[in-house]
Amino acid sequence: MTALGGPDRPDRGGLAGLPGSRARRRREERASALRSTLVALVSTVVVFGAIAFVAVSSPGWSAVQASFLDGSIFASSLPDIASAFLVNIELFLVSEALILVLALLLAVARSSTAPVLFPVRLMATIYVDVFRALPGVLVIYILGFGIPGLNLPGVPTDPFPYAVFALTLIYSAYVSEVYRAGIASVHPSQAAAARSLGLTQAQALRHVVLPQAIRRVVPPLLNDFIGLQKDTVLVSYIGVVEIFRQSQIIEAANFNFTPYLAVALVFLVVTIPLARLTDWLIAREARRGLGGSGRSAQAANALSRGGQAAP
Amino acid sequence: MTTAVPAPPTAMPALRVEGVSKSFGALEVLRGIDLEVAEHEVIALIGASGSGKSTLLRCINLLEPVDEGRILIGGEEITARRVNVDRIRRRVGIVFQSFNLFPHMRVIDNVTLAPRHVAKRPKAEAEADAMRLLERFGLADKASQLPDRLSGGQQQRVAIVRALAMQPDLLLLDEVTSALDPELVAEVLSVIRELAAGGMTMLLATHEMGFARDIASRVCFLDAGRILEQGPPAQIFAEPREARTRQFLNRIIEAGRL
Ligand SMILES: Nc1ncnc2c1ncn2[C@@H]1O[C@H](COP(=O)(O)OP(=O)(O)OP(=O)(O)O)[C@@H](O)[C@H]1O
Ligand SMILES: [Mg+2]
Repeated sequence: MTALGGPDRPDRGGLAGLPGSRARRRREERASALRSTLVALVSTVVVFGAIAFVAVSSPGWSAVQASFLDGSIFASSLPDIASAFLVNIELFLVSEALILVLALLLAVARSSTAPVLFPVRLMATIYVDVFRALPGVLVIYILGFGIPGLNLPGVPTDPFPYAVFALTLIYSAYVSEVYRAGIASVHPSQAAAARSLGLTQAQALRHVVLPQAIRRVVPPLLNDFIGLQKDTVLVSYIGVVEIFRQSQIIEAANFNFTPYLAVALVFLVVTIPLARLTDWLIAREARRGLGGSGRSAQAANALSRGGQAAP
Repeated sequence: MTTAVPAPPTAMPALRVEGVSKSFGALEVLRGIDLEVAEHEVIALIGASGSGKSTLLRCINLLEPVDEGRILIGGEEITARRVNVDRIRRRVGIVFQSFNLFPHMRVIDNVTLAPRHVAKRPKAEAEADAMRLLERFGLADKASQLPDRLSGGQQQRVAIVRALAMQPDLLLLDEVTSALDPELVAEVLSVIRELAAGGMTMLLATHEMGFARDIASRVCFLDAGRILEQGPPAQIFAEPREARTRQFLNRIIEAGRL
């Protein structure tokens, strides 16, 4: 009984102390790591080689090569495409700033508990439901063609503001849910401690709950940023000359699809590092969260206890 | 609006609880609590787990609304409708079993949060006062650390300092040593002892009977939501009148905690 899991287990416990066997084990581990790497390498080469072979040996390959992989068109289209990407970046930055604010307001509204705020809660809930249900392209079409179509005086005809407006409306619905999960993850005792010191509910939210909530949701927020970055191409449908629209223009002029490859390349170069960063942050958060406590679903009433006491 | 109730400066209890009842759904947790605490008094609330000690403290701090009865602080009814809850809370500090420090703020920011944003004191002034308090309780060198770098005892002392920074008239302590390793209990108890010696009015729920006997001017035994018996510690611990109190104390003695 005492030997169970004790220090004097018979297996290799005694042997490990010998320097010779320790060195041998290390050698074996290294050899096995090397083997794994080799296997991974070979299988990768085989799989990708097979895919490439199938593609290249297909009957249509030369046609595809001519229309998608034209080196000179690629080179000549890249500058225009890169400068059109600046429009995507602008769309992204302006929308993102608005989204972060609007989504936070929605999340706070939905997390409120005071009875007088019921209409606000209801509106926020309806908003989030509606914009998560509608396909994004539809929202972009309706706003981008619908509002200018009203011919109201003073309404802009430039599609850019509608693009920003549409992206903001769509993404705020998603991002508000991310915020809301963050708010719910802060244990109610935090709000209670703040309230017990005399902070108002708004102050408790501002100084205690939100800073902790936002810190926790940075990785999922970045995930949504990646989505938004890609979805900026959707506004090409309402006539914003951004990267995708620009590539369509070049395609039409050359009867060649290579510009799309350039677009793909630009997105890969920009998005992959952001995706890596997000994964890294999530992994770091997971490591930190191991010792964390009180992140349960019952925390969904994060503010309710503090709120009950208010008349 | 209403006719103000001017508090006569003498003979006004620091805290007065009148017939307070509180239920959570069908569960009656407090059943008509009456309690009066004079200034500078230290009251120990003892009683079995679930007898309602924490709930009573949370009600006095208005973290839970009461169902029936009134609570008055310095003569002002805090359970009245339309009373300014946040203003009342400034006068009553509470320290929880689980510290509840704000993990994203340095110790000094934990302590100055309420003085700055509730009492609206200038930052430099609030920080100077906070440093004095931290120093007094041996925490000055921890001022710019995050709470999770501190031991449990240090965290709990910071929580006490944080409550004191608002200069409350009444301090509520809810089993402030229960979450601590035994060797860390003493440092927190000595802080409380010092506060008692300084005249702080306190109401503390505790399982530390020896401590209650040392420090309390009065001990209240809570049983199933009622104050079954109260009196000076010598009487409660030596010759309790109620059978339930005797039972409870016997169990404590068996557990080796008295
Ligand atoms: N928010 C709540 N909702 C529902 N029930 C609650 C709530 N808070 C406390 N209770 C219940 O009320 C009863 C009294 O709880 P309370 O925490 O006041 O007891 P206590 O005397 O502090 O016990 P302990 O010594 O274990 O801390 C318990 O049965 C508890 O489960
Ligand atoms: Mg308790």
